[in-house]
Amino acid sequence: MVDSSVDSSQSIRRSSPRGPYIAIVTDRTANLLIRGAMLFSVGVFLALVLNLLQIQRNVTLFPPDVISSVFSSAWWVPPCCGTASALIGLLYPCVDSRLGEPHQLKREWSSVMRCVAVFVGINHASAKVDFANNVQLSLTLAALSIGLWWTFDRSRSGFGLGVGIALLATLATQLLVYNGVFQYTSPDFLYIRSWLPCIFFAGVITMGNIGRQLAMYESKVIQEKMHQD
Amino acid sequence: MTVRERLRQNISAAFYQHGLLCASYPVPIILFTSASILTCCYPLLKLPLPGTGPVEFTTSVRDYSIPSHEPQGDLGERPEWYRGPPVAYIQQVLVKAAVSPWDNTLVPVDAFRSPLGRVFNLLEEIRNHVYTDRSLEALCLQVTDLLPGLRRMQAVLPEHGCLLISPGNYWQNRRDLFDSDPDLLKTIQQHEPKGLHTSATLRDLLFGVPGKHTGVSLYNRKRVVTYTITIALSGYDARFLGSLRTRLKQLHPSVNCSLREDHMVHVHFKEEIGIAELIPLVTTYIILFAYIYFSTRKIDMVKSKWGLALAAVVTVLSSLLMSVGLCTLFGLTPTLNGGEIFPYLVVVIGLENVLVLTKSVVSTPVDLEVKLRIAQGLSSESWSIMKNMATELVIILIGYFTLVPAIQEFCLFAVVGLVSDFFLQMFFFTTVLSIDIRRMELADLNRRLPAEAGMPPPKPGPLRPRETPPPPRPSPHTITLQAPAFRNLRLPKRLRVVYFLARTRLAQRIIMAGTVIWIGILVYTDPAGLRTYLAAQVSEQSPLGDAGLPPHLGVAPVFPGGDPTSTLSVLPAPEPTPLPENQSQGYGAPRPGLATTAGPQISWGPEDEEGWRQLSFRHWPSLFSYYNITLAKRYISILPVIPVSLHLSPQEAIETRHPQDPRHPPPPSPKTTDLQTDLTLYKVAALGLAAGVLLVLLLFCLYRVLCPRNYGQNGVQHGRRRRGDLPCDDYGYSPPVSEISPLLLRGHSMDIECLASDGMLLASCCLAGQIRVWDAQTGDCLTVIPNHGLRRSSSSSGWEHRDGWDLAGVCDADYLLGSDGQDAGLGAGMADGEVYPLRRRATPTRPTLFGDQPDLTPLIDTNFGEQPPSQTQPGSGFDFGGLVEKAYQEHEASPPLPFPPSPPASQQRRRSLGDQPVLPPERPLPGPSDWDSSVWAMELRGNLIAAGRSSGKLELWDAVEGSLRCSNEDGSSGITALAFLNNRIVAARLNGSLDFFTVDINKPLGLLQYRGPPGRGSLPPSPCYSSEDVISCQLTRSVQCAHQKPITVLKAAAGRVVTGSQDHTVRVYRLEDSCCLFTLQGHSGGITAIYIDQTMVLASGGQDGAICLWDVLTGSRVSHVYGHRGDVTSLVCTTSCVISSGLDDLICIWDRCTGIKLYSIQQEVGCGASLGVISESLLVTGGQGCVSFWDLNFGDLLQTVYLGQNSEGQGVRQLLVLDNAAIVCDFGSELSLVYVPSVLEKLD
Repeated sequence: MVDSSVDSSQSIRRSSPRGPYIAIVTDRTANLLIRGAMLFSVGVFLALVLNLLQIQRNVTLFPPDVISSVFSSAWWVPPCCGTASALIGLLYPCVDSRLGEPHQLKREWSSVMRCVAVFVGINHASAKVDFANNVQLSLTLAALSIGLWWTFDRSRSGFGLGVGIALLATLATQLLVYNGVFQYTSPDFLYIRSWLPCIFFAGVITMGNIGRQLAMYESKVIQEKMHQD
Repeated sequence: MTVRERLRQNISAAFYQHGLLCASYPVPIILFTSASILTCCYPLLKLPLPGTGPVEFTTSVRDYSIPSHEPQGDLGERPEWYRGPPVAYIQQVLVKAAVSPWDNTLVPVDAFRSPLGRVFNLLEEIRNHVYTDRSLEALCLQVTDLLPGLRRMQAVLPEHGCLLISPGNYWQNRRDLFDSDPDLLKTIQQHEPKGLHTSATLRDLLFGVPGKHTGVSLYNRKRVVTYTITIALSGYDARFLGSLRTRLKQLHPSVNCSLREDHMVHVHFKEEIGIAELIPLVTTYIILFAYIYFSTRKIDMVKSKWGLALAAVVTVLSSLLMSVGLCTLFGLTPTLNGGEIFPYLVVVIGLENVLVLTKSVVSTPVDLEVKLRIAQGLSSESWSIMKNMATELVIILIGYFTLVPAIQEFCLFAVVGLVSDFFLQMFFFTTVLSIDIRRMELADLNRRLPAEAGMPPPKPGPLRPRETPPPPRPSPHTITLQAPAFRNLRLPKRLRVVYFLARTRLAQRIIMAGTVIWIGILVYTDPAGLRTYLAAQVSEQSPLGDAGLPPHLGVAPVFPGGDPTSTLSVLPAPEPTPLPENQSQGYGAPRPGLATTAGPQISWGPEDEEGWRQLSFRHWPSLFSYYNITLAKRYISILPVIPVSLHLSPQEAIETRHPQDPRHPPPPSPKTTDLQTDLTLYKVAALGLAAGVLLVLLLFCLYRVLCPRNYGQNGVQHGRRRRGDLPCDDYGYSPPVSEISPLLLRGHSMDIECLASDGMLLASCCLAGQIRVWDAQTGDCLTVIPNHGLRRSSSSSGWEHRDGWDLAGVCDADYLLGSDGQDAGLGAGMADGEVYPLRRRATPTRPTLFGDQPDLTPLIDTNFGEQPPSQTQPGSGFDFGGLVEKAYQEHEASPPLPFPPSPPASQQRRRSLGDQPVLPPERPLPGPSDWDSSVWAMELRGNLIAAGRSSGKLELWDAVEGSLRCSNEDGSSGITALAFLNNRIVAARLNGSLDFFTVDINKPLGLLQYRGPPGRGSLPPSPCYSSEDVISCQLTRSVQCAHQKPITVLKAAAGRVVTGSQDHTVRVYRLEDSCCLFTLQGHSGGITAIYIDQTMVLASGGQDGAICLWDVLTGSRVSHVYGHRGDVTSLVCTTSCVISSGLDDLICIWDRCTGIKLYSIQQEVGCGASLGVISESLLVTGGQGCVSFWDLNFGDLLQTVYLGQNSEGQGVRQLLVLDNAAIVCDFGSELSLVYVPSVLEKLD
């Protein structure tokens, strides 16, 4: 009849224990470290590539014996950029959560990739396109950067952070050039190029976008913890 | 109606028509599109192929004049770049010098020291040459600083003066430095770069001929030194150059020289892409591909994901090609570097429209016709597509007004690209999408399971007649015959990587390819003179070599010491020179004492005419780039060479000899040179071998570290797992299982029907009507409430097993009806209805029966679609109950089954029941059957068990004592679902009515304290009632017509009661006053699953495969997604995602905010649909005899726990997640309690 005569011998599957798999992912510090490392490497990579673009066009001049090295820029540039991008990428989601207005616009990797491509394009344009004068170049790049923010970010906190960090970075560059660490071939804004703040702004927006996207993975974990509490 | 709305409607209507058109005539449209793509790309054929090689154009010297800037009409063969003056005129003086006759007293260094020394005289001559007050200083190209990075060349290349280079530059053009240089070769060699080089070296630059041809070497048997003096001139003065030529020829006449001197060659260089420029380019391409990857990854719910992704990429690419072609057609030749702007164009154009289209079409109702689906999808997205397109055009227009030529050109391209992309999306991609959707429909229909096939075909509306008749429905037998579907395991990433490596033998292939490349590089850089050897072989056999000319200089150093043939074969290779004494010299070393040669001969051949051709094509660009002069898109004019022959006497050679020369390079012994070159060869080979071995070892170690287990043996160890239920992949590797052991609770004699828990206690009810209460912590059986207790009161006998049959029959009937749905599929349903009872009789064991079925879970406990067989519903069209009854009668009339008589069940036996694993089933006794007492729904709160019976009676039992506390018989229709919340009980009945009961106790404590919703996490300890409490249960309100059709789901939480019904609606009631708040409409099929939790999140799933998320406060629909083909069988929400399982054995995980599908898990066929969420990241699903744990964040299968040994056919149909991170599930007649230790630790 319907009765099932299941064999009563209990079966216990034996194998090596494998407990902590879940725990690793949910560990918050590890997650933070991983994110920081990823952002750092992205920053280093972009710095190398974009620097190459500038050096090709002789926009920046580094001391000549460095140029023959493999990375064709001073050794301190990529780590600085990497650290900065890691900080920015971690700062953005943090600010988002503090302000309580989560970034909701197009939270997808494809959009982030698009953003990075546009950023590289802006750099490309700044290095390669021949403009009539510097004002035109700077204005165009500023418009492009604002467009980048509008297309991919559109949050007030992002704009504020971007402007602030861009100003700080410009100041830092001024100081560096003033102290003779490196120089620009044709400075038109004190010691540097006037489009530099635009590039910084676009870079901050881009790194913030990446950081937010990476933080999406962690937010689930945090939510879970809050739920448990 | 505003203009905007009218516009919107018009656009939408136009897109609808267009969608219909595309889906109706796919083939002609695709042909048309391909034809237009090809037409637009046709002008591209005229464009030159990309390449960086220089282009040459030869003119005559005699009537040369500087070409004008303006293009002239009739000069047909004149290339476009030949306008304006060149960057420079290159005048080369080709010097061939030899010491002759050769003397045995001379040392090898003499062969080139004095000839090289003569360069200073020549330079002097050239510099001082004056013709009618014009000197070289006035004519030559003045150069300034070298580029700042070239400090090491500063000593060698001229700065601030004429660009005049010769080998003399090595010694700063100073004779005294040359004379005092002890080792010329070292001086020359020290400027050579190490390692690989592809561009021109300094040696090539200064000597002006390829390094092999210079003859500056100790082993040069020809003893003819060749070099050039290169002069770059900024202007062309024919008379000055002519006088210089005459003068040099007079001074150093070259006999038998017949070089043509009447042609000058103009070489145009294209923009060169160096490695440094390539890196940003490659980066942009990498980003582009990442973008495409991440975009196309979102395409889902289509037949062929890759096909659609390919179509999307083809759309974008061909639109770009079309735009370039169109621009070329209208005369807008691209001056921009196409490869550079291409990625940005793709990013600007984007793949978004394509994805939006796909998503929109896919999310139209599945049961519509393909044509209409396409049309609807198109028209619903038409407005946004048009809006986006307009925005992009406006942005590009703004860009056009920046008035920067490069940006303007980019914008022009982008506009044309956008328009052509839109065209292609509308025609090409839409059509491809329609084909794909149609394919999916066909495949879907062919693959449909009977449960799904029995679904009502879409309501035949006037708009959508189904053209294709549904294919013959497979009989139920085919399910069991179906091959077990592959279990798409999501293994951990590292394992996937390892498997990928193992499957493709990647490491092996990489090593092989690396070896090949390495050999290629070796050959290219020519450490062993292989290329020279080959060149010699070729020139020997070529007709030019046999043309009577003596072996020319180009192949003179045929067998340098490092010739690989000398290591490969012992025999000396044949000598290309016919000189007899060279035969005896074997290895080409002049040995003093042997016969002297007749002296080197200087010969001029046609190959000397344009010796610069043998140089690297980057020779001139790199020379000029040192002075920051680019040759990209410009040209230089190379004048005919001036030949100079120098014959030096041995005395002169000896005079110029440096004191160290004779001893410094000892007379070269062939052995040592061979040894040296062999050594380098061997070194390189050994290094490569070592590197390869190291690489292999490294990969091996990596492999061992990553995959420490020998997975080949695992399958043997777990031999009792069979293929079907083993969660292994193709490699026989199963993921490790930790010590999660299920605790089996035995005691029920039949399959478990209802399961309820409040965290502490666990109540189960089997088909036999026996209710057992278990301790959820220990698994002890606390109470048994047998049906016999009831039997006393109802004085019926033999109903127990009838009851079971009854339920089985009802289940089967419901199963069919629930899937077949309503009116249309009845015929099919009847056919199945006939099949099932007969089959059941033939194989009377229920588990195997249900093992045949893919999925019965939701239907058994929730889907009471029709009346039980005892109650024939009038007007239902057919007498299903009678059919089942007949089957039963036949069954009873059949020969008696060998069942032992039932043991007398009594209260005394109650204790021992828990120990007795199998209760012998009673033989059903004929007699008046009592149908009313099977338990259809059960709830457990505190220590009260509420049981709803098929007779419509609601009973409240004490869970600890097993006594009936009260009962209510107000309703007559069977209770299909119960909800017990606070002190209220809601009962849904079969006739669609909903009854609200209030439980009153005389003590105000107890239940009133209790505020726990059903669900995990927030249950306080159960309140206890003492046995003297008087509990009464009163009907407070009865909603008679809550739904038009039977209620299938009933859930209560957060003070709300939610019901779902077969009539496609969901209703929300307030628990306090039983008032209907909302009627939620949105499904196009019966509701099969509902989820509501304390946070008022309401999700519902229907037979149409749709999942709706509702806002309970406003009654509005938050999102609506189609995720499954067939019923949604189960729904669970976490704080961030929604998890659904369907009849298609798919588990989908959705993002709760956006409604985007995160991923889906394909399960085995018939895996069951029970779902549970243990923690925010841990999902548990029931399968065939096992439960599986999944990591929700990544979709990885964590482990599978097997419940029993012979687990086939026993699907887990119900699954409850308890408070203490344990899960309980039914397993045939047993209950299985599984603790999840890792989660336990985390909770603690």
